[in-house]
Amino acid sequence: MAVAALKNDTLSPDRQVLFDYAVMLGDTALIHGQRLSEWTSHAPTVELDIALGNQALDLIGQARMFLEYAGKVEEAGRDEDALAFLRDGFDFRNLLIVELPNGDFGHTMARQFIMGVYSSLLYEALSASQDDQLAGIAKKAVKEQRYHARHGGEWLVRLGDGTEESHARAQRGLDELWPYTHELFTTDPVESAAAELGFGVDPSGLRAEWDGLVDDVLARAGLSRPEDDWQPDGGKRGEHTENLGYILAELQFLQRAYPGAEW
Amino acid sequence: MVSAAGAQTSGRTDEIHALLEDVKDPEIPVLSIRNLGIIRDVSFDGDVPEVVITPTYSGCPAMNLIEAQILEVLKRAGYGEARVRTVLSPPWTTDWIDEEGRDKLRAYGIAPPETASTSKLVLFGEAPEVKCPRCASTDTEQVSEFGSTACKALYKCRSCLEPFDYFKCI
Repeated sequence: MAVAALKNDTLSPDRQVLFDYAVMLGDTALIHGQRLSEWTSHAPTVELDIALGNQALDLIGQARMFLEYAGKVEEAGRDEDALAFLRDGFDFRNLLIVELPNGDFGHTMARQFIMGVYSSLLYEALSASQDDQLAGIAKKAVKEQRYHARHGGEWLVRLGDGTEESHARAQRGLDELWPYTHELFTTDPVESAAAELGFGVDPSGLRAEWDGLVDDVLARAGLSRPEDDWQPDGGKRGEHTENLGYILAELQFLQRAYPGAEW
Repeated sequence: MVSAAGAQTSGRTDEIHALLEDVKDPEIPVLSIRNLGIIRDVSFDGDVPEVVITPTYSGCPAMNLIEAQILEVLKRAGYGEARVRTVLSPPWTTDWIDEEGRDKLRAYGIAPPETASTSKLVLFGEAPEVKCPRCASTDTEQVSEFGSTACKALYKCRSCLEPFDYFKCI
């Protein structure tokens, strides 16, 4: 009942899928960008500080495009800011992996690599979407995700093939993140409906290529591919880890405390 | 044969293009937005000019400012009503920076992008050969793939030992 009441009853089922799908993509980019931006002024070197800040900015920019479009599809008067700042945790549809704490630099580089490769493949496929706007955003975003993947991959090799300490940290980051990689390739009903309608991508089809690219880098880095064991999911359904609440508290504080505040 | 109306339209869009020469990239003020290749179209809807632009990077913070500057120069030229529309596709590429823009970048101390952006995910590609904008040596090394803005990488010249920015390819 409560969930149904949140939906815009005037949207056709197809438009509802388009809205949900755009929100799902936008939320993953938004939460990932917000999380990554926590490195600003804390990275190991000034060059890496700039690198991570730049990548966070790309992600926020991508999130803005997806959420702005979702708002237009919904036609309920919500813009990208309303969707980012005024929804609660249950309404967020991001992947769990992007809300996990950053950990150390090795952990962050493992996630940048995992997500960079995944997003590159996802947006490459989404570039062929029958929805012009989703295709346009994807074509733009894929260029950025490719250098995120490359940067993360180069660092994984540097850390994995570096000192005993850097190797151990990169491996630990990878081990901690690995269970959450499975959710990247599960197919949510929104994703399968979006794929059937010709504007979305069924992510299960990206797995083989992702595996190949990841295995190649892990081999170069001398890191071992973790065993497939626990496979938590739920982000795509709005069931999150406790971490999301803390992110939203920081992300949304200003607009909640001072509604409509502008720079 | 060009019709009178057609000639008039192209004369008006030429005027808008000329006005847009005054709109510079806020981060790299030597480049006009035409040099940068982000003006995709100029047209008229009645007497209202519409300028179509495309963003360089998804999160480029300069886009809002560029839009405001376009509206400002048009207003000063008497076009109080004007529109700026943003399109994403085809996505901007550094290949669209014109020759004049490349020369201006070099003179400003930024190495222009080597042409031909990649269209596939390459995890361990060859590094491009980047020429130092000061001494033209190709004995240069990348210090950081990310620089002072999203579009630049940080390089160092091993001949003249000066650090410099490289406008990287996307």
